[in-house]
Amino acid sequence: MSKLTIKNLIKSFPSMDRPAVNNVNLDIESGELVAFLGPSGCGKTTILKMITGLFQPDSGDIILDEQSLLKIPTEKRGVVMVFQNYLLFPYMNVNENVGFALKMKGVDKNIIDQKVKEMLELVKLPDIGLRKPKQLSGGQQQRVALARALISNPRILLLDEPLSNLDAHLRDEMRDLIVTIQQKLKVTTIFVTHDQEEAVLLADKIALIFDGELQNFTSPKNYYEKPKNIKAAKFFGGVNFINAKKDNHNLSTNIGTVHYKGENYTDLNEDNIITIRPENIKLSKNNDFNDNSFKGLIKSVIFSGTHTRYKIIVNDLELECSLQSVGLQDIKTDDTIYVHLPSNKIWAMNE
Amino acid sequence: MNNNLKKINIYAIYLGAIILILPLIAFFINAFSFRWFYPQVIPKELSLQAWVRLKLIPKSGQRTFEGFIELWASNPAVIKALLNSLSIGFLVTIVSIIIALPAARVLGLLNFRFKKLIIFIMVSPTILPPIAFVLGLNINFISWGFSGNYFGVCLVHLVPIMPYVVLTMTGIFANYNPDFEHQARTLGANKTRTFLLITLPAIAPGMVVAALFAFLVSWSQYLLTFLIGAGKVMTLPLLVFSTASSGNPALTAAISIIFIFPAILILFFTSKFVSGESGATSGFGKI
Repeated sequence: MSKLTIKNLIKSFPSMDRPAVNNVNLDIESGELVAFLGPSGCGKTTILKMITGLFQPDSGDIILDEQSLLKIPTEKRGVVMVFQNYLLFPYMNVNENVGFALKMKGVDKNIIDQKVKEMLELVKLPDIGLRKPKQLSGGQQQRVALARALISNPRILLLDEPLSNLDAHLRDEMRDLIVTIQQKLKVTTIFVTHDQEEAVLLADKIALIFDGELQNFTSPKNYYEKPKNIKAAKFFGGVNFINAKKDNHNLSTNIGTVHYKGENYTDLNEDNIITIRPENIKLSKNNDFNDNSFKGLIKSVIFSGTHTRYKIIVNDLELECSLQSVGLQDIKTDDTIYVHLPSNKIWAMNE
Repeated sequence: MNNNLKKINIYAIYLGAIILILPLIAFFINAFSFRWFYPQVIPKELSLQAWVRLKLIPKSGQRTFEGFIELWASNPAVIKALLNSLSIGFLVTIVSIIIALPAARVLGLLNFRFKKLIIFIMVSPTILPPIAFVLGLNINFISWGFSGNYFGVCLVHLVPIMPYVVLTMTGIFANYNPDFEHQARTLGANKTRTFLLITLPAIAPGMVVAALFAFLVSWSQYLLTFLIGAGKVMTLPLLVFSTASSGNPALTAAISIIFIFPAILILFFTSKFVSGESGATSGFGKI
């Protein structure tokens, strides 16, 4: 078991005017695959380096299985990090690189050889043990780095931008490999990325971080359907935002009263914002919806393959809607249209 | 055009080599000749008399194994000076590397205020003529009791050496990626093993070059040894100068051969580190 808790973590650098990591709290369950997502410079790698012990936090605590890591030196934490540029030791061959962690533990040479072989088979590179790192391609180096990190059964595996240095086709392959290995070994894994698609595809849970502050920590699905704030919604491609006011179990907006079924109604402030994914909006030329239906004008129609995107003006407010191209009604620019926002698909959040 | 340029370059290298080697040849002949004077192209008579006078080769008739041992055991001035020069050189080299290592790491890896000023102050001994600072230093050394002894000479040799060593090693660290050390730490290596297994192999070629500089600067130091050593610490350069002023060319040539021999030897063994292809100034950067 390796449950990681991060408590009120703060870290500043003299060169920055705001804290690099500002009061971050996280609970990561054993065996979870978690993504730290955010634009570059948001502090996600800084958190990783504090978990490994390469940086000391200004305040706060990092707890692994009810034991604070802060006083434990890096090499004894059982936390292994794979850096963005792999950092295979250039003077050692692949076998020596992969076996490094066991050698440091003083494990018997024969057992190391055996484990190295197993690990290289796990990352599907069985025959390259005697090569030097510079004779390997980027994808191979990445996999060797992964094998090297996993050989000592780390309690926590940290991956810093594991896919960013790879070509597109290698990226898919590597992504599948990471998921397969992570599920097989059940090692608690945190990876850092700036690519929300990558985070969604890989992670059980995503920690969204902006400017050193944790925005939200929840499943990828929730980021699409129930974002916590407008920043999080925008990062995951949200486009439709409507200012709303609480109004007796409904929300009143400047396009009309919206019927709302979200479970967070009682948590909402007086002023809030509602959002809806473009693919959840329905359109009809005749008003054949019961509720949350508003009259609008088609501003533009963009065909983009499987989907067709519409921009609709409703009471000076622009909404974007994306419908499957198959079996569409004939809707053209400047048509009058009824826009339906299904009450179970809209989501309201505090400003 | 390109080919012609290449040819010219090769000729230039040959020319340079000849300019450097010709005087050396003359000087070798001189060391083994007897009274080689102006109009003669080659000496009339070859002789070992210079070496005999330096007490490095026994007189004819005594040139047996025992004869050599006995002569060298009598501790001739040349051997004494040679050992002094060697031991001061090695000691000063090691000390300078140990001092320079952390300094170079900080200068190479970090940016901070007044960095340029600090580098300028550190390099200043190479700009200043030694006589300018050694006279002032000498007064202090006398009052501290460092004058006229071995320790004082070692200390003063560090002055011209440190700039070379620190600058060379800063070059290594400018291209060095400390994340390799972090990686080793997360894989379970403690600080000592990280230094020995990760840092040292990366900076070793550059350290060899820095050590080479340090040793050669110490080896050829005349003025500082002369003034701080106050004639009590005899090194090879001191002996070379005093012999040269005595006006015996064969003797001067012989002692000079001993003087340049270690330098040539060191260059020979370390040339691969000095060449452009080595990692000497690249750290992990070029790998």
